[in-house]
Amino acid sequence: MRTTTYRGAAVAAVAAAGLLLTACSSTDGAEASGGGTAAGDDLTPVTLQLQWLTQAQFAGYYAAVDQGYYADEGLDVQIVPSGGDVVPQDALAAGEVDYAIAWVPKVLGSIEQGAQVTHVAQVFERSATLQVAFADSGITSVADLAGKKVGSWGYGNEWELFAGLNQAGVEDFELVTQAFDMLGLLSGDIDAAQAMTYNEYAQLLETVDPDTGELYQPEDFTVIDWNDEGVAMLQDAIWADAARLADDEEYQETTVKFLKASLKGWVYARDNPQEAADIVTAAGSTLGTSHQLWMTNEVNKLVWPSTGGIGLVDPAAWDRTVALALETSNETGATIITQEPPDTAYTSEYVERALAELAEEGVDTFGAVFEPIDVELAEGGN
Amino acid sequence: MSTATAPTTLAEAVSSPAAPAAAGRVARLLRVRPLVAVLAAFAVAALWEAYKLLGPEQGWSLGETRLLPRTTAMAMPHTWDVAARLLEPVSGATGAEALWVAVLRAGASSAGIALTGWAIGVAVGAVLAVTMQRLRVVESAVLPLVVLSQTVPLIALAPLVRSWGSRLELGAVTWQPWMSVAVIASYLAFFPVAVGMLRGLQSPDTIHVELMRAYGAGWWTTLVALRLPAAVPHLLPALRLAAANAVVGTVVAEVATGLPGGLGRMILEFANFAASDPPKPWAPILGAVALGLLAAGLVALLGRALHRYRRTEVAS
Repeated sequence: MRTTTYRGAAVAAVAAAGLLLTACSSTDGAEASGGGTAAGDDLTPVTLQLQWLTQAQFAGYYAAVDQGYYADEGLDVQIVPSGGDVVPQDALAAGEVDYAIAWVPKVLGSIEQGAQVTHVAQVFERSATLQVAFADSGITSVADLAGKKVGSWGYGNEWELFAGLNQAGVEDFELVTQAFDMLGLLSGDIDAAQAMTYNEYAQLLETVDPDTGELYQPEDFTVIDWNDEGVAMLQDAIWADAARLADDEEYQETTVKFLKASLKGWVYARDNPQEAADIVTAAGSTLGTSHQLWMTNEVNKLVWPSTGGIGLVDPAAWDRTVALALETSNETGATIITQEPPDTAYTSEYVERALAELAEEGVDTFGAVFEPIDVELAEGGN
Repeated sequence: MSTATAPTTLAEAVSSPAAPAAAGRVARLLRVRPLVAVLAAFAVAALWEAYKLLGPEQGWSLGETRLLPRTTAMAMPHTWDVAARLLEPVSGATGAEALWVAVLRAGASSAGIALTGWAIGVAVGAVLAVTMQRLRVVESAVLPLVVLSQTVPLIALAPLVRSWGSRLELGAVTWQPWMSVAVIASYLAFFPVAVGMLRGLQSPDTIHVELMRAYGAGWWTTLVALRLPAAVPHLLPALRLAAANAVVGTVVAEVATGLPGGLGRMILEFANFAASDPPKPWAPILGAVALGLLAAGLVALLGRALHRYRRTEVAS
């Protein structure tokens, strides 16, 4: 009698286990693909490594998948989101993926460490990093950060902050490692917190001010924008495998096609911000609708209007980023790089070809008349 | 080989016929395991609310080190706010599912991976234990490595496993990102099994081993008839530890690699709302707790199936 019960229990355990496994494999199939189109035999498979989770920061790539721009070029693109410990340029250098999105100063450091990668397109023309403080804190300039608790995420996200502090001659400040939320600033553990215009700054504006019972307003904060301080470094760029770019003709052609479709996706995000935000949400992002739209709009502001055509790196901006990477020292006195990067660090060859093809199709790659939309954030980003 | 067993729970000990009737009723109620589990959950919630009510609002720090957490709405939302949030939609998007449904879905995804990791870990741990028991030289060589393996930080391991996996060709099977997470979970899960089972296999008294030898039983017969049954009391706590490790390993590896679909990724993603929607980030954490309980429950079922061999369970 007892034995039967136990055997029954064991059977139940195994059955439950089986059910869970089935549930697992079915959800994986649906979500892990990141929105690749059905792989036809004639499509070239391409993987793109992002530098964070699925969100509108990468709206252009998701739009290009959704609108079939990659498929039009004969590519089957799989977008790979990253997490806490994935370094996109390392994944690219290790041959795990075909292309990667990463900030330029971080990759310059990796290149000096031996990573064989090449910058093929600069998507974000402007920097999105801010240092945000409460308006009543008296922090209105970089010099005011002296003696303050200054927040940063670290992991290579801190270099503009250090460049600004170096430039202003500020040496006595307390560096506080920031979490992925803005509680540090709101609870007073941090006086000036790092924030991206498209994400953390919006998180603040989605939070209820306990003093008023209403959402925080932009007037409640002061913002240091590194673009204005002259120490902005180049952010989201597309990187390719340097070795394959050197001697693999097929990869060279794929690069042109990949850039062309990706940039077209960014044009789509510019002209259809709401649709682009919805595409990203459909691709598996759980950010709220107003937050997602805010992010799309802010990212558009980083790209458009484009001075030389989207994706084309401004040599002056590149040189400034390299110069800052050479001379900026962090709290331990280290710099990102100690010598000029090699010639393979960047090339405009492929993006110029992609832009020429887009111009032929009549696509506006400059967005000279671009006007951002007005986005009203709701509590919790909903 | 006596069949008499000591009272396994306090409740059983209390519910002797001599105890007063009221105590007997309470004791009987306390024997209903699910009821006790629910009561325990309420006790934890009450403790949370009590600290929130009585604790200092700004917490308490000794110098730079925070010893007591803040009790503000952002740091510690009310338990009923968290419960209410679970019933609301994930986001304001049209057609968004309820938060608890999303958490359940993510939990199922993580559970599948954790279970795979646990199964691999148990298999690897068992093979290691049997090999170490069989060959003294293997034990001397491998056991220190097994211990050493657990000192490698997960943060360093996760990208490596992902990187190796993505370059692996397994015939028709392509390496899926969730497999990396399962491998990391198994890496944490095999350790208690290897160590616990080895102790169990070595636990029979010399007199029993010598009896087997006197019967002319070979290594295999001794293993099946004597050592494996004797290992069960050591193995069960090891399996439970392995289950807990597999869950932790899965969630942490999901955070590290950003694998979509599971609880780890949800924790990472919902951190965005820590200020603007404080109860939301607690939802996947509750999901992880529930997953841990589920894992422990499954091992308990396994323990009941092996009841015959489980005279007294050995604490490990």
